[in-house]
Amino acid sequence: MALPLFPPGDDPGPSFAALLRRTDPQAAATRFGDVAPAMTVRHGTTVAAMRYAEGVIMAGDRRATEGHLIAHRGMEKVFPADRYSAVAIAGAAGPAIEMVKLFQTQVEHYEKVEGVALSLEGKANQLGQMVREHLPMAMQGLVVVPLYAGYDLRRGAGRIYTYDVTGGHYEEADHAATGSGGRDARTTIKLGWRPGLSRDEAIELAVRALYEAADEDSATGGPDLVRGIYPVVATVTAEGYDRVTEAEVAERFASLIEGRQGGPSL
Amino acid sequence: MTMPYYVAPEQVMKDRAEYAQKGIARGRSLAASIYDTGILIVAENPSRSLHKVSEIYDRIAFAGVGKYNEFDQLRRSGVQHADVKGYQFSREDVDARSLANLYAQFLGNVFTHEMKPLEVEILVAELGEDQASDQLYHIAYEGTITDEDRFAVLGGETETITERMAASYVDGWGLDDALKAAVGALAGPERTLGAGDLEVAVLARANGRRAFRRLDSVELARRLG
Repeated sequence: MALPLFPPGDDPGPSFAALLRRTDPQAAATRFGDVAPAMTVRHGTTVAAMRYAEGVIMAGDRRATEGHLIAHRGMEKVFPADRYSAVAIAGAAGPAIEMVKLFQTQVEHYEKVEGVALSLEGKANQLGQMVREHLPMAMQGLVVVPLYAGYDLRRGAGRIYTYDVTGGHYEEADHAATGSGGRDARTTIKLGWRPGLSRDEAIELAVRALYEAADEDSATGGPDLVRGIYPVVATVTAEGYDRVTEAEVAERFASLIEGRQGGPSL
Repeated sequence: MTMPYYVAPEQVMKDRAEYAQKGIARGRSLAASIYDTGILIVAENPSRSLHKVSEIYDRIAFAGVGKYNEFDQLRRSGVQHADVKGYQFSREDVDARSLANLYAQFLGNVFTHEMKPLEVEILVAELGEDQASDQLYHIAYEGTITDEDRFAVLGGETETITERMAASYVDGWGLDDALKAAVGALAGPERTLGAGDLEVAVLARANGRRAFRRLDSVELARRLG
């Protein structure tokens, strides 16, 4: 590998994607050619985010499916995008994880080259462009829909963005969920959400939302008590991204399940 | 037809080296040192925004002295190289040694083939798992690369600064001691450098994945006491 040096008028600037197209066109090309829509690929499912007093909280189940089979029990769908934001993914796992990797690199690359970090709006916009570039693959059935949330240091508040396959990004007021169990998760959050939730209450509600989604949707994994695999829950505040420990999530599920036992069977 | 004058290759190289050295000596110097839990880089730089010390990758930092536009271009290509490599392979595969070699090759090439050599001296530092595996690569304007295992001094008047650093260097010293010694070495006996005259950054093992951190003027003033 040679040192990438570009003449001043021809520099790719702070865009990592543009740099990759120049230095390694093979890696930058994302199209797979003609993929038969019927082909089954791994899919990740339910992710949710909501605002609370200190910032935002994000949660995602751990199951990946291939058709009607379980492909992976421990897949992670919530990632730190940088210090002050998190990205969660639903959809075809392979391209989704690749997109997260590219997005993480892009955000950090910009920060290092320019010497200042992108604004939260700028990062959300970048992710939207990546989803839009992915559209040809989405048309072939490999849909990737991220969820983006972060702490806006300039405004001093948590913000959430949802996306559609065309790369459109929409800022949500208080909460959002996506993926196959997103509908159930969203309903649960909608019923339990109020402004100024504490950290504990927010984790409680996020855990309940995933539990309800897993209860109704076969592609969403619930808490796996046998193997000790629990959904990923992370918070983003003025202090930065922080993943809630597995022990704490396990405890929340334990108390949730305890409350349900012996209750109505529906 | 006019014939160009013959100039001995030795003379060409000597002139170029002199030109580069003069350019570098015009700017202010920089010192870096390994300390018990990381690597410290101290530059004399009154500017808050035009940095001499920057982050390249998770555990790699870059520092340059001389002409700002020239070493800043090298910094940018370093970031680009490291990010592309980390994306194509894995984050662990990005190392300072190969980057330092690329810089050395580039500087050597420019020195011998271009009209004007680059008036820069650069440092590539990599934080290891422990103090013994920390690395400091010092690359001169003509592409000479040296691997320092205690501290490095870049810029003009390096000899006197190096002497002062060597006199105070203690193996396994802490950040505060290293910082005071480096600032003292850069200032010399006749001057004192305050927090406003310095740009200081560390690569610290305690910082997690991205080890690079700048010390702001408040922290700097406190540490310099």
